[in-house]
Amino acid sequence: MFTPVLTKNFGLGHPASLKEYEASGGYQGLKKAVKLTPAEVTKLVLDSGLRGRGGAGFPTGRKWGLIEKDTPGPRYYVVNADEMEPGTFKDRLLMERDPHLLVEGIIIGGYATGTGHGYIFIRYEYTEAARALGQAIEEATAAGYLGENILGSGFSMDISVHRSAGRYECGEETALLNALEGKRANPRSKPPFPPVKGLWQRPTIINNVETVVNVGPIISGGPEAWKSLARDKEGAGVKLYGVSGRVKNPGLWELPIGTPLRELIEVHAGGMQDGYAFKACLPGGASTPLLTPDHLDVELDFDHVAKAGSRLGTGCVTVLDDSCCIVRAMVNLMVFFARESCGWCTPCRDGLPFVLDILRRIEDGSATFDDIAVMEENCDAIYSNTFCAFAPGAVGPVQSMMKLFRDEVEEHIKLGRCPLKDNGPGPWFRKSGSYTTDYGLGDLGPGIGGEDYSGPPS
Amino acid sequence: MISENRLKELREHVSRLDHPEEALVELMHEFQRAYGYLTDEAVEQAAGIAGVHPMKVEEVATFYNLIYRRPVGRKVIHVCDSISCWTVGMDDVFAHLKMRLGVEIGGTTGDGAFTLLPICCLGACHVAPSMLVGETLYGNLTPQKIDEILDKERT
Repeated sequence: MFTPVLTKNFGLGHPASLKEYEASGGYQGLKKAVKLTPAEVTKLVLDSGLRGRGGAGFPTGRKWGLIEKDTPGPRYYVVNADEMEPGTFKDRLLMERDPHLLVEGIIIGGYATGTGHGYIFIRYEYTEAARALGQAIEEATAAGYLGENILGSGFSMDISVHRSAGRYECGEETALLNALEGKRANPRSKPPFPPVKGLWQRPTIINNVETVVNVGPIISGGPEAWKSLARDKEGAGVKLYGVSGRVKNPGLWELPIGTPLRELIEVHAGGMQDGYAFKACLPGGASTPLLTPDHLDVELDFDHVAKAGSRLGTGCVTVLDDSCCIVRAMVNLMVFFARESCGWCTPCRDGLPFVLDILRRIEDGSATFDDIAVMEENCDAIYSNTFCAFAPGAVGPVQSMMKLFRDEVEEHIKLGRCPLKDNGPGPWFRKSGSYTTDYGLGDLGPGIGGEDYSGPPS
Repeated sequence: MISENRLKELREHVSRLDHPEEALVELMHEFQRAYGYLTDEAVEQAAGIAGVHPMKVEEVATFYNLIYRRPVGRKVIHVCDSISCWTVGMDDVFAHLKMRLGVEIGGTTGDGAFTLLPICCLGACHVAPSMLVGETLYGNLTPQKIDEILDKERT
């Protein structure tokens, strides 16, 4: 039987209070951490095998070890809560349901890296999450977990919540630093990397929300126990997996990392809605290349998904059903990327609208085979010629479409129209539910929290 | 309008920061709440408090999706137009809202109640299709629900 680590308090129906969090074993990790040296805490995180959950998968313990410790003056610990990757909704739920889990992780991270100032960079739309975090920070300060001389350790820390104003590029770590400084959020040139020169040119660690929430449980339960929760041999720990699209039961589940895509979609998400078939999916957000029914047995862990030609990304899967024209899906993605490009690099700023134009003409049947060649050429040129990972992420799905769905793309040219148009898009259908500020979380049912998980189907 | 008292508070708050310009986004939100959108006057005021040139405020303001440099309705309806909502009926949500409000995307209703805008993924894909009205998130949208939401939020 799998015991949830991150979603223990998700069933409460409100943000867990300090009392509720402590009752579920909260702040035990911090109490243990302050009795160790910062280097020992970093070693435990390194031993756990925790890899960054924002998408890149960099080993967290190694990142912490990179912090420049010799320069005098302030150092910063920044949490990236600017969750704007289309299809992704894990950090929102983590912060809304169990804000102390994030706060404890930040304090331990701050202690391990000697960073006394924490920032949570959160997108403005996450009103509830920002409120829950503010409350949690207040409670933690009153209880002596935050502030001066934390638990008698001599270490002091404060945390502020920065509510952004909405722009996808802010999630890129160096752009995020510029945004925090009150500048336009363009990415910075690397090196120097943030652990050497980050916020206000000071040493800075930047971690994703889901990365940080694992830290408390790793320290309290020990790195081996956490690591062994994984399903695949190479993996470590647990992962939040989401599924959206035309499945019977869209939702978010905490599962051992390495859970196969098929099990996630067919068991946890209840399979496809009646009358729809699985056509493809974005395994971890809009910037991850497509996977097809041939890939359903892929184990959802960094290396396995990479081997299948995509990326684990955020672990939140968007399912495309057989009523979706693959070209139209790419138009939707490219509208997003062209709009959200920060404009810093020409290939991204001008190249993405160019690709979008060709995609639109393929979709409406007015493109030629030459246009497809030009589009592919442009995608290749955009891929490797920009400052940050935005542009490669933007063209990745289009490149995967040309690899996996070339026939469907070419059929548009041959017919002079979309081959699916006769069927029309699937009807607008959702199950009914309440629409108040409780925006239907109750609808998630037993799926959330992983309580229903009792091991792989035999 | 923003009161003299509140302006004084903001000046004091910013003067306590190590780097005053880090308050820029916070100031823009504050002025936008007070004026309805970020007016030219608000740009000047925010610049004065943060100690930067107004052009710098302009540069940052135009970067963000949720800072409006033009007048908007009392509440902005941001409809998610990203991939998960698209798979379950985003086009129909826009069509229904356009019909009910009598405006195109980017337009404001005649009574000044609503402005209709698209927004990238709201992080509520498990309850798609979704939209934000003011700061309230609504998911699992149906035509009937949208009508009820508009009635409720119009007041």
